[in-house]
Amino acid sequence: MSLPLPNSFRTGPDERGHFGTFGGRFVAETLMPLILDLEAAYIAAKADPSFMAEMKGYLRDYVGRPSPLYFAERLTSHLGGAKIYFKREELNHTGSHKVNNVLGQIMVARRMGKKRIIAETGAGQHGVATATLCARFGLECIVYMGAVDVARQQPNVIRMEMLGAKVVPVQSGSRTLKDAMNDALRDWVTNVENTFYCIGTIAGPHPYPAMVRDFQSIIGEETRAQMQEAEGRLPDSLFACIGGGSNAMGLFHPFLDDPSVEIFGVEAAGHGLTQLHAASIAGGRAGVLHGNRTYLLMDDDGQIQDAHSISAGLDYPGIGPEHAWLHETGRVTYLSATDDEALEAFQLLSRLEGIIPALETAHAIAKVMQLAPKRPRDHLMVVNLSGRGDKDIPQVGDILKGRQK
Amino acid sequence: MTTRIDTRFAELKQQGRSAFVTFIMAGDPDLVTSLEIIKALPQAGADIIEIGMPFTDPMADGPSIQAAGLRALKAGTTLKKTLDLVRAFRNGDAATPLVLMGYYNPIFIYGVDKFLVDAKSAGVDGLIIVDLPPEEDEELCLPAMRAGLNFIRLATPTTDDKRLPAVLANTSGFVYYVSITGITGAASADSSKVAAAVARIKRHTTLPVCVGFGIRTPDQARAIASTASGAVVGTALVDVLSGSLDAEGRATSKTVNAVADLVRSLAQGVRAAPQAAE
Ligand SMILES: Cc1ncc(COP(=O)(O)O)c(C=O)c1O
Repeated sequence: MSLPLPNSFRTGPDERGHFGTFGGRFVAETLMPLILDLEAAYIAAKADPSFMAEMKGYLRDYVGRPSPLYFAERLTSHLGGAKIYFKREELNHTGSHKVNNVLGQIMVARRMGKKRIIAETGAGQHGVATATLCARFGLECIVYMGAVDVARQQPNVIRMEMLGAKVVPVQSGSRTLKDAMNDALRDWVTNVENTFYCIGTIAGPHPYPAMVRDFQSIIGEETRAQMQEAEGRLPDSLFACIGGGSNAMGLFHPFLDDPSVEIFGVEAAGHGLTQLHAASIAGGRAGVLHGNRTYLLMDDDGQIQDAHSISAGLDYPGIGPEHAWLHETGRVTYLSATDDEALEAFQLLSRLEGIIPALETAHAIAKVMQLAPKRPRDHLMVVNLSGRGDKDIPQVGDILKGRQK
Repeated sequence: MTTRIDTRFAELKQQGRSAFVTFIMAGDPDLVTSLEIIKALPQAGADIIEIGMPFTDPMADGPSIQAAGLRALKAGTTLKKTLDLVRAFRNGDAATPLVLMGYYNPIFIYGVDKFLVDAKSAGVDGLIIVDLPPEEDEELCLPAMRAGLNFIRLATPTTDDKRLPAVLANTSGFVYYVSITGITGAASADSSKVAAAVARIKRHTTLPVCVGFGIRTPDQARAIASTASGAVVGTALVDVLSGSLDAEGRATSKTVNAVADLVRSLAQGVRAAPQAAE
């Protein structure tokens, strides 16, 4: 697309939360004063060296950072092209990248004196991370989760409950992530005085997309330094799966102004782009939902359509506004992987590398499987291993058993 | 610019009473019944009519209005058909103010300029768009004002004195005070707190201040109408409508009357109130 290119892709959003025409603050008046307070609290926290030092300490000793950058030797030789590295976010405490963001937000919530934390979750990874940090800091935790997801991600429901969180199964709409977010927003409007809404991805009203990106950017910052150490240069390409887009933006953002680095986000194509899917860039258009303007799946009347993905964490009809902008400017290329491609990648990675990835992550691996063979052997490819697949074992086990019959 | 809303409040002031504002979802449970209901409202005592524009993801609404929206969508209601409904109502009633209430996305997709032209010509007087705070005024609020439509803003218990001027700046028609922090259909507000909040808003504006969320009974309507320029009832009407449907969610012979009867008794509550101080 032919928009005038900015001097830098890393300076957004503007003071009103816009990335180009995307983003903004489309929320009910009840929430606006709180969102402005949150923005002020976050700006103050970022500028406070003691806040940053405390966060660094928890990231090292509680989360277990830095996460390794690992050369996936067997996958590389199997695919016979690019040299593939994994950024091992699945090794973080709680098993995914989600904890990076939750730690930051919980520390902001504590600064604001909020004692009640709410969150939405799809796969349950964000819910587990939120429940974990609420346990660690003695905060009340309520997690909204679509009833469909409660059924398909049972291990994470049990984990959240063990950690002392209350999991509320959401029965409205398609009973997945979008509906969980609606109910979390309804809770927030109702309990706005004492409640902090810990959003799990780079969506929602400003300042959430920018704040969550900032907390996740440690993924890309570490990758840059680790690749420098391993290979003495920048990577040539980056891959990550996209639900709302937080693990992807965390990896991508520090590289956006390096034109030699090709960047690929992978959406969930579900049953295929002509059928039910969750690829809002491939199959959607600009609209307004959940506090921001972004690409959404919808009908001609502007009614939001149900998404479908085998992976609960990607089963959302939208995408973070910064991705919508990076798509329109052409800086990032958005691809998509189907349920079947993700399942195949899930199995391949388990057997070749001894790493069972989350089904979300498997979507990124699926595109690496297609593109790595087409790149030369000195091409350095990094894929964000955003989460581990323990939560998916019952679901994938059932699907594979069903197919054998 | 004077709209039907301005005219109606001027008339009510002369009569020495507050307004009764009713909310009904367009196309609930189907477009034909919904037109009959809306036509019956002025007769039954509604002074101003709010018509909901159904949306799949109404994040400020409770279960009753969520369900009403889904019934309407299932019955094939679109924004265009909502405007057709307004036009059909206008053919028989040139005076009752009509306000469309809902969420921004269907309007954004319809196209803001086209929507404003079509809404104005259909006979819409004002808009209440829940997810457009003053921070996003350029999207729809300012174009609506230029098109001669009132943009009615919500003020809430969290809108403090510092923020009120921004909320009121481009508001016209009336101010809608949401009496609780919460979604539609939740708990009722304490009327003494509401009186204090209305007084606070009145210090910042000469516009009428209507109060909604949590009003269900004629007594509550009377209490609110004695402190505010108007009382808004939505969920209670939607509940009575929903209670009149058959097992498949279709209208029955009772549906229109069930809503009209409740409107009549609530209107009596409003009319029994001593007029709110100006
Ligand atoms: C392991 C993992 N990866 C990715 C995602 C998708 O979220 P995001 O796009 O914000 O990274 C999720 C969400 O649940 C997840 O659990």
